[in-house]
Amino acid sequence: MAIYKLNTPISEEEVRKLYVNDIIYITGTIITARDQAHKRALDYIKQGKPLPVSFEGLAIYHCGPVVSKVGDKWTVVAAGPTTSTRMETLEYEFIENFKARVIIGKGGMGRRTVEAMKRFGVVYGAFVGGAGTLAAKAIKAVKGVEWLDLGVPEALWILNVEDFGPLIVAIDSHGNNLFEEAIKRAEERKPLIYEKLGV
Amino acid sequence: MNVAKVVEDLAVDLLRLAVVELPFDVKEALQRAFQEEESEVAKMQLKAILDNVELAEKERTPICQDTGLIAFYVRAGACAKGLDLMEGALYNATRRATKEVPLRPNAVNPLTRVNSGDNTGWLTPYIHWEIALGDVVEITAFPKGAGSDNMCVLSVLTPAEGMKGLKRFVIDAVMRAGAQPCPPNILGVGIGGGPDVAMKIAKEALLRPLNQANPDAELAKLEKELYEAVNMTGIGPMGLGGKFTVLGVNVKCAFTHTGSLPVAVAFQCWAARRATAKLYPDGSIEYITHKVVR
Ligand code: SF4
Repeated sequence: MAIYKLNTPISEEEVRKLYVNDIIYITGTIITARDQAHKRALDYIKQGKPLPVSFEGLAIYHCGPVVSKVGDKWTVVAAGPTTSTRMETLEYEFIENFKARVIIGKGGMGRRTVEAMKRFGVVYGAFVGGAGTLAAKAIKAVKGVEWLDLGVPEALWILNVEDFGPLIVAIDSHGNNLFEEAIKRAEERKPLIYEKLGV
Repeated sequence: MNVAKVVEDLAVDLLRLAVVELPFDVKEALQRAFQEEESEVAKMQLKAILDNVELAEKERTPICQDTGLIAFYVRAGACAKGLDLMEGALYNATRRATKEVPLRPNAVNPLTRVNSGDNTGWLTPYIHWEIALGDVVEITAFPKGAGSDNMCVLSVLTPAEGMKGLKRFVIDAVMRAGAQPCPPNILGVGIGGGPDVAMKIAKEALLRPLNQANPDAELAKLEKELYEAVNMTGIGPMGLGGKFTVLGVNVKCAFTHTGSLPVAVAFQCWAARRATAKLYPDGSIEYITHKVVR
């Protein structure tokens, strides 16, 4: 369990050094993207349109923030992670095309994404689900917002962050997956649990 | 007293309290879990949760960005004045709280997915009414996030499957949910009734504080048994492994048909937000779940 402080843009080499149970803090730029933004981004590739912002070397954050606007200035009030599995069918292509280095979310992701992370050199940083205020505190400024027509939670929020974390490396670029390990252990214990309950 | 105004202001307050500050019993349970948890990763998750809770309370901002779909439980004294005005007042309060707290606008039309922008819509906020004796009105604000609500399950078992089937159903539900409902969770288990009643009482079971024992000895025993069994899974805080997959299991029962055994499991995430107050006929207010200094 080592602690790393990473600055964006993050290189593949830096990511390959990380293993599950490591803790990372990110400084630089992260961009929120949920289901709708993933869908639109992949549609853009099909149409050959460029994205309004580059993800290269950055972190994608599965998050729909609570924001407030005073004048033209946006402030993030609360911004914990959302359930990552909702993006499962879209993430492989997203990683392949947009070259993000870190995925931040909660609950982990499926086989296909884990495969993409291994292949392209990406880690999954689990942020504590629900810790919206803690996340907001590390967000220093809203650099911009794109695709606001998708609604506040689904838009791309481009955020300036300082020591954003703690993020546990829950899936690394070597195929290790803490969520899967926990469920596997639980499955193994199931007969014992049934026995204790007398069922 | 202008009942509509008083109830509206009170409900805005309750929504704010609910989303920025956890009830005493939940905070206590999280602290205990932090102390008793052994794995480093699990301890860290709980530490971040506790830091977040403290920070939200201090800065009066939402604990979690998913401020939920709004529901109210109202226990209305039959002799209280202005009961006919309360539904409107609770809708207005929801709209105001969305702007003032702020809450995230979450309510959408289920067919078109168009967001109303103010957390109201058909049957939203949903109001659970109960008529009681006397003239006091007790209101609970209960915003519920989707991450944990999406894991709720209901099954109508056969009487032959009985208690064994029921226990298995609870364990399987937790295993299937895994990391998704932001564990450590509180489980509400509703047993009996028809299927609609089973889910209704499973949710109601979540309103009972964690430090309040089930008054029925048999059910208290079942709760303890399920609590220990679920925590044996080791899914742990945020599904990263650990001792605390749940902070508590609350069971509520209703009689059921002789040919039926409905069972419902309602998941509550660690951000177990609820705020309750009593409104007296003279307009005075007593907060039950939170300490409020005016
Ligand atoms: S499950 Fe609860 S704590 Fe987790 S993101 Fe949803 S509302 Fe927040």
